[in-house]
Amino acid sequence: MSTPPILAVREASISFGAVRAVNGVSLALAPGERHALLGTNGAGKTTLFNAISGEVPLTSGGIAFKGSDISRLRPHQRARLGIGRTFQTSLTFADRSVEDNLRVAVMGRRGPRFGLRPWGAYRPQVEAARVSAARFGLDEVLAQPVGTLSYGQQRELEIAMALAGEPELLLMDEPAAGMSPQGRGRLVEILRGLPRSITMLFVEHDMDVALSLADRITVMRDGAVVAAGTPSDIRANPLVRELYLGGKH
Amino acid sequence: MTPMPQQLLRHPVLWLALAGLAFPLIAGEFWVGTVAARVLIIGTMALSLTFLTSSAGLVSFAQAGVAGVAGYTLALLSPNITGVGMAVPWPLAVGAALVMGTLAGLLVGWVSVRSSGIYLLMITLAMSVSLFYLVSQNTEIFNGFDGINGLKPPELFGMDLRAPIPFYGMALAAAVLSAAAVMHLDRTPFGLQLHALRNAPRRVAALGFSTTLLRIAAFGIAGLIASVGGVLNTWFSGQMSPGAVDVHAAVNLLVVAVLGGIRHPLGAFLGAAAFVLLENYAASVIDRERFNLVIGAVFIVIVLFAKDGLIGLIQQLRAQIKPAWTGVCAKSGRKAV
Ligand SMILES: Nc1ncnc2c1ncn2[C@@H]1O[C@H](COP(=O)(O)OP(=O)(O)OP(=O)(O)O)[C@@H](O)[C@H]1O
Ligand SMILES: [Mg+2]
Repeated sequence: MSTPPILAVREASISFGAVRAVNGVSLALAPGERHALLGTNGAGKTTLFNAISGEVPLTSGGIAFKGSDISRLRPHQRARLGIGRTFQTSLTFADRSVEDNLRVAVMGRRGPRFGLRPWGAYRPQVEAARVSAARFGLDEVLAQPVGTLSYGQQRELEIAMALAGEPELLLMDEPAAGMSPQGRGRLVEILRGLPRSITMLFVEHDMDVALSLADRITVMRDGAVVAAGTPSDIRANPLVRELYLGGKH
Repeated sequence: MTPMPQQLLRHPVLWLALAGLAFPLIAGEFWVGTVAARVLIIGTMALSLTFLTSSAGLVSFAQAGVAGVAGYTLALLSPNITGVGMAVPWPLAVGAALVMGTLAGLLVGWVSVRSSGIYLLMITLAMSVSLFYLVSQNTEIFNGFDGINGLKPPELFGMDLRAPIPFYGMALAAAVLSAAAVMHLDRTPFGLQLHALRNAPRRVAALGFSTTLLRIAAFGIAGLIASVGGVLNTWFSGQMSPGAVDVHAAVNLLVVAVLGGIRHPLGAFLGAAAFVLLENYAASVIDRERFNLVIGAVFIVIVLFAKDGLIGLIQQLRAQIKPAWTGVCAKSGRKAV
């Protein structure tokens, strides 16, 4: 790789007591790359995400973002540097409207973080929230409480909220999980349409979604990386075929 | 958009202000200066807890203690007959009391930042109890159990602020301003961020907010509101003693807030009214000692049968009356409000 990586995970290990959830994982993402993380249940994908976003401390190893070490920063500090994320199970403000959810999301990075004036004083933020809703067709349900949205819309809101902070690195933990085939198709289209100024690392169990979006793929099992390469490398990898295509030998 | 006057009419704080202004017209001095003023003071202190719970989903047993920090600061900086502290001009004393109370609120938030639910209640109770032991055992500064006596509100433009009507006016202004501030916060980015914090703290952090700072700020604002109540309470009772910050006082504020309805700013004042009335009447009907039994029973009934307290009951009633009212209006050709 000629360009320096935007994200570099070096020999990362994470233990919960006796459980070693992540075991010496290294990973490098070039700017603009779409990188899929595959792996069986309990492989440590979510734990690795939590470590990159700062929720879980590394037991050993390091994480660098745009060349500087971030492994000691708190989650909100990493978010302000430009790391956005979605969660495996939706984490939204369920009793609030779509618009309110997106307003909070917009203000996380650009502020105001303690705004004490009425909303009228924050026109640009209010406008930005509407624009980010429109990207996902959520402008039609702007006033609805998030709890009343369809599952697919809630998943889209997850991503819209992460994007509202204009991140340079977007981490998505199973963005398409539980969505209908049409919903998946729509989501893939939207993600494809995002500019290359956003680097993406995403967990996806659906091989079709993963292969159609990713430039590079890393496969994890029991906390360790077992394969890495381009989609065609991965498709041809015997171990991956065994894991994903039902153990044919 | 709704025209301004109509919006104002629906504003609950306006109703608090109007009811407050009308009260002296129909009630005598005892009711105004003693009963109603006390309702407003207790209501303002309970409002600090209502704010924490309704905005950020936080609970605290320390609000009486925080009000007490403001009260003791005011007492120590005002002329008193106990002969402790150092008297300064009253605006300075009040300012210092509000600052110290707010700092105490921030401290409570900072110390308890990692706790929630029952643990948050316990840690705030522990802080409240520590304050009680500090002031009751230290005789040099706080004069121990006897406290600081002979405190008086100042004169303002030749008006004695301790006289029933002026004092009531001051308490009403403080209560209305505090309630308006809480209602306003709910409609600002900060208020929305607090709601978000209560719903999904992990998400709030992932978006770039320091959840620690948000929480501490909420406790700071609650501290300021409690301090306003604490200053008035000290002037009202003319003294400051450990009794104002004991476990009883802490529990009472929680009872008042829950009784009135902890989800709405006006709940605090309804709860305070119920509390003060029960206190006055229970004492005349049964033993004064039995008051706790009565308030406890009422508390249990409210918790079991009216989750949102008295204000919740009123809202339910209004919802039932509204269709009927709309019907009447349709017949008489008036527009329903
Ligand atoms: N907070 C925690 N405490 C203890 N063990 C944990 C914790 N979080 C994760 N683990 C364990 O770490 C391992 C990896 O879990 P993780 O959620 O990262 O897997 P995953 O690859 O995301 O799986 P899935 O595909 O099911 O989402 C599992 O064995 C899990 O039980
Ligand atoms: Mg996972």
